[in-house]
Amino acid sequence: MSSVATSEDATLGGMPDSPMAMPRGRRRTEAVMLVFAVALVAFAYANVGFGLKGSLPSGMAEYMIAFVVLLAGAHLAVRRLAPWADPLLLPLAATLNGLGIVMTYRLQEVGRDGNPGSMSVPLSSSATLVQIVYTAIGLGCFVAVLALVREPRVLQRYTYIFGLVGIVLLALPALLPAGISEVQGAKIQIRLGGFTIQPEEFAKLALGVSFASYLVTKRDVLSLAGRRVLGIDLPRARDLGPVIIVWAVSLLLLVFESDIGTSALFMGLFVAMLYIATQRTSWLLIGFVLFVAGAYSASKLFAHVGERFQIWLHPFAGQNPFNNAFQLVQGIYGMASGGILGKGLGGGQPYLTPLVQSDFVVTAFGEELGMTGLMAILLLYGLIVQRGLATSLSVKDPFSKILAGGLAFMLALQIFVIVGGVTRLIPLTGITTPFLSQGGSSLVASWILIALLMRLSDTARKPPPQPIQDEGMTQVVNLS
Amino acid sequence: MNELTLTLIRVAFLAVLWLFVIAAIGVVRTDLSGNSGGRSRAARRQAQAPRAAAKPQRARRGQPHVLVVTAGSLKGTTIDLSEQQITLGRANDATLVLNDDYASSRHARIFPQDGQWIVEDLGSTNGTYLDRQKVTRPTPVPAGVPVRIGKTVLELRR
Repeated sequence: MSSVATSEDATLGGMPDSPMAMPRGRRRTEAVMLVFAVALVAFAYANVGFGLKGSLPSGMAEYMIAFVVLLAGAHLAVRRLAPWADPLLLPLAATLNGLGIVMTYRLQEVGRDGNPGSMSVPLSSSATLVQIVYTAIGLGCFVAVLALVREPRVLQRYTYIFGLVGIVLLALPALLPAGISEVQGAKIQIRLGGFTIQPEEFAKLALGVSFASYLVTKRDVLSLAGRRVLGIDLPRARDLGPVIIVWAVSLLLLVFESDIGTSALFMGLFVAMLYIATQRTSWLLIGFVLFVAGAYSASKLFAHVGERFQIWLHPFAGQNPFNNAFQLVQGIYGMASGGILGKGLGGGQPYLTPLVQSDFVVTAFGEELGMTGLMAILLLYGLIVQRGLATSLSVKDPFSKILAGGLAFMLALQIFVIVGGVTRLIPLTGITTPFLSQGGSSLVASWILIALLMRLSDTARKPPPQPIQDEGMTQVVNLS
Repeated sequence: MNELTLTLIRVAFLAVLWLFVIAAIGVVRTDLSGNSGGRSRAARRQAQAPRAAAKPQRARRGQPHVLVVTAGSLKGTTIDLSEQQITLGRANDATLVLNDDYASSRHARIFPQDGQWIVEDLGSTNGTYLDRQKVTRPTPVPAGVPVRIGKTVLELRR
């Protein structure tokens, strides 16, 4: 019965063994996107020149050549060191980095060459060059991380060393005398000669790695359910130890360094990784309640923390717009004057906001590129985060899973804290905008973060080694 | 440089910026192993195709859509019919695992073809019967007609 025989084939193989699509390296896609990124940055750079003086900016060719050489070097290194890594991470980060350089140039030109405006803390005439040198250092660290960390598992060996390094880096500015570490009332820097380093930028990464490897070993205990309240399984009281310790440290940060941003980042990172590791919603709830309660009581107990809350809630009240809340209010006016389409690069007055080059760089983009441009920039960040979370989903090993998820979440949280701060969604905190802010520590740390995500995604997407003997290839060999 | 040119440059830059975002999203869409399964879009479409084709067929009136065990130790068990074949036997990988001393480990299978369900004996020891008739070759099963395997009796129901 031939008709049945054919149907047999159709039903038995009803799901035709569609060969599992082999993941392939996407380096060519990466190269194309990088070229696009460079073109975009060059366009932005030219746009600044036209907006300011009506001509191409001087030194544009040199800066762009340096940028292209650096990115080409990074791309070639990725081809060698992480050929299976995600094709989008490098172009997205490069675009943001390039836009940051362009904005640094735009602000450096304020008050020079007959351009309008003046800044409270003017940038030096070599700020753009310095920013490009920082980019070079950042990409150098990017390549170094890819070269040194060939397997994510290597990082797991140093759980407590990374933890210790992270804590020391966090605590250092608080312990040092204010002359070396204090800036704008927050103690977050170390000044060494002409340099300033923000150790917290690197502390975040060390702590992220440390949390991930700690949670891999402890997650079984931490996911045990205790009492059930209101439909949520609460963890057992004795397992609350780690979360309480992190909470206490983050509150100490808040009080001694007056740094709500880092404190929120630190607590958020731990709680998010705890959630990824144990998949228990109750941890999110506990973390959130603890943090809000702690921050609220700190705002009542300590004047400098309370002032931040006052600025946030009543920026336009009384004399606030002219002293305490001046920066926040100027940033908001800047974005308002930008409107939907913005004033055009070089066309706005971002220099009116104090410290617009670091903490308030988002409002400068909001003013000159408008909401349309700011949304695109936020989407670029969103895509980096999405690639990180996709890596976390596809990678097999639990340490890499927690680390990728944690790093992606850390980036998202940092963007949320700073953008939420300047738009008055949450109290303003002085943390940097990754890649866009002028300054070295943040840029280098952000590139290291991208390098770690690249390494993790390379591991996730690498095709499994081919088995030496394939059953399907067995042949009958005639021995006679 | 006049105002109009500057405005055009400004809008053009925003357009290029968004083009970059859209290109990046395009890369995410075409990315193969980004979605953990690692299956290509073509493979997914292939997998969906038979389901889409089977839907209207199953919905058609008069087609059996459930297999019911009417006698034997599994009496009362029902299996919803899909486009997949159903294997019967004592082996653990069978769709319906028969706990029946008279059944073979791979006893028989029932599969759809051209809108009909066909029963085929897979070389069992004690044979498969379609309403008292021993099944010697793949035979269509009308709804409501009992199929007997050892002490187990099954029938297709609409």
